[in-house]
Amino acid sequence: MPTAHAGPDEDRADARFHALADRTRRDILRRVLVGEHSVSALAASYDMSFASVQKHVAVLERAGLLSKRRNGREQRAHGEVDAVRSIASMLAELEDVWRGRVARIDDLIADGRQRGEE
Amino acid sequence: MPVIDVTHDLDTLTITITAEFAAPVERIWQVYADPRQLEQVFGPPGYPATFVEHDLIPGGSAHYFMTSPEGERHYGFWRITSVDEPHSLAFEDGFAADDTFTPVKDLPVSQNVYVFEAIDGGTRATFTATYDSAEALQKVLEMGVVDGVASSIDQIDTLVAA
Repeated sequence: MPTAHAGPDEDRADARFHALADRTRRDILRRVLVGEHSVSALAASYDMSFASVQKHVAVLERAGLLSKRRNGREQRAHGEVDAVRSIASMLAELEDVWRGRVARIDDLIADGRQRGEE
Repeated sequence: MPVIDVTHDLDTLTITITAEFAAPVERIWQVYADPRQLEQVFGPPGYPATFVEHDLIPGGSAHYFMTSPEGERHYGFWRITSVDEPHSLAFEDGFAADDTFTPVKDLPVSQNVYVFEAIDGGTRATFTATYDSAEALQKVLEMGVVDGVASSIDQIDTLVAA
């Protein structure tokens, strides 16, 4: 029987953590999140063979963290910003924290006499 | 809901919350000047904050810890940079290693500016927090609010649901 934590989301998480468990792949991802890079330009950035870099790119691609497109003879890679925990979603979480604080200030000032009650 | 506006600036990693309260500026200031009141609003339900030092003067500091539902403590500090009672205060907020409140070296601090203005019938408060990097933002969410567990908006919703 599947456990509570089985399912496609967990599989995807496994693939992502695996992809990110390697220093070179994290570095590649950082670069392609900033802008599109050709795979050959990426390969030139590392002290390893083109094939090795290509392999790393493929792992990131399978994890959904990176996508490739063909531009003439060139393979170009870009990061999947949405897949990476985005700044936008983090600010949204922070907004929720703040909304909670503001609501609590409101409660506190509305009922100052019964401070501490909840 | 007294929140009237929220802006997220993705480039400067800044969140600005504007809220209006039906109380004078001095009353809102008190919430921040009195650590016992501040404790009631700072941490989400189930994740209370305890301020063990609270010196609201320029150059002063506040030391606090937040206690997770499992009883684990996360230590933090404020370095107060400016105080204009009861109109505004600015401070850096960072993570401390333990109950000595020594700042954790590699973790960046956030810059916070709170402004309270008198309006008809109460106070308009503008809370601005600026983070150094995406990592800093993530740390705040993970260590200060959701205890290092990969967070989701759902979890936070549950935490902040009054």
